[in-house]
Amino acid sequence: MEFLRPGTWDEALAAKAEYPTALPISGGTDVMVEMNFDVHRPSAILDLNRITELTEWSNDGDVVRLGASVPYTRIIDELSGPLPGLALASHTVGSPQIRNRGGVGGNLGGASPAGDAHPALLAAGRDVFVEATSVRGTRMIPIDEFYVGVKRNSLEQDELIRAVHIPVADGPQQFSKIGTRNAMVIAVCAFGFALHPKNGTVGTGIGSAAPTPRRAVEAEEYLQGVLAERGLWESGDLLGAEVIQQFGELVKAAASPIDDVRGTADYRRHSLAVMARRTLTWTWNDYSKQIRSAA
Amino acid sequence: MRVTFTANGKPVEADDVWEGESLLYVLRERVGLPGSKNACEQGECGSCTVYLDGTPVCSCLVAAGQVQDREVRTVEGLTDENGELGLVQQAFVDAGAVQCGFCTPGLLVQTDALLADEPQPSDNDIREALSGNLCRCTGYEKIMDAVRLASARKCAKAASE
Repeated sequence: MEFLRPGTWDEALAAKAEYPTALPISGGTDVMVEMNFDVHRPSAILDLNRITELTEWSNDGDVVRLGASVPYTRIIDELSGPLPGLALASHTVGSPQIRNRGGVGGNLGGASPAGDAHPALLAAGRDVFVEATSVRGTRMIPIDEFYVGVKRNSLEQDELIRAVHIPVADGPQQFSKIGTRNAMVIAVCAFGFALHPKNGTVGTGIGSAAPTPRRAVEAEEYLQGVLAERGLWESGDLLGAEVIQQFGELVKAAASPIDDVRGTADYRRHSLAVMARRTLTWTWNDYSKQIRSAA
Repeated sequence: MRVTFTANGKPVEADDVWEGESLLYVLRERVGLPGSKNACEQGECGSCTVYLDGTPVCSCLVAAGQVQDREVRTVEGLTDENGELGLVQQAFVDAGAVQCGFCTPGLLVQTDALLADEPQPSDNDIREALSGNLCRCTGYEKIMDAVRLASARKCAKAASE
């Protein structure tokens, strides 16, 4: 096994091109578990810790460009304003020690359906892009095209994740996760939800209840239709129990979970409906308050 | 491969390190610092918590090669300048927060980090900070007592200085 320690991003890309099967490591919170348990023995490890630009983020007012290795701790501390959904999701990752090391790049690279960042990224809208780079150039992969299978993403072998581009929140966002305790939990299932009043859309993200993280498209379309038809974006009036119920049912229908050690498919469907109703209620209450206080 | 880094203020060197090896293994088996404990090897238990460049991390999840030229501080580095038990360590002894002791090194480092950041943590702050450290003996009450004691002593010490 080789241990590659590029000092710059260009060196990292050159190394990945030369060793396409090299396993990138940054926080190591997933990769090292596989190494310790001998689940996976890659031909080479590509350490990205020396590339400091990966731990930087920037915000131009519309979009946050989040470096692949910005640890969850810093997302919580520094980005809960522009990225509230992702910050909430980050707070449910592992433990303080894990959040000090792990970042969104690793979540995306691993592409586990249970990754906590995924529902928040999907909910943040269709203009979330993964910046994937290789010696051949840079691709901006839309988040909806990124997850392709269980622990598989659409990266090419010579590509590395440099950053994620996420629109700055223009409305309330929420994240909810089911697990056996409040810390150190791999999601039984999770749900991210966001209101996007500027363009009259809503965002959803389902975690741990399908082969990949996925969006509840019909639920989004249903809710967008109701909000537009009834002028609710403008009035901020109550949604009503029927709408909330129907939204939950459509989210539930969008999942295709399995029975496994963490929970049954039935339980996952049930809890997704509950989380969908709750996150919709929480965000809509916040939004209503904003409308009323602005009036 | 060879890995050189600073451990508890001293330069250390480990040879013949396997590329997939963890920092925890290097500390325990190669550089004579067995204080950090190996329990779960997957970041669930916190027993191997050390400072890496001042940030508490699970040393079982840091690849050895990643610490090249960096600074590590382990539970052995929490003693005071005379080599006596440090403030947090003494508080754990006095509060009876140590039973089998396997989780203790990680709890000490994590508590040290908590109090450096927040000298007077609330009970919720303590529970949150220690949520990644598992103890199967104490039921955590004595550990809570120890952190509160360490906090009180730290604040008293700061006030007297």
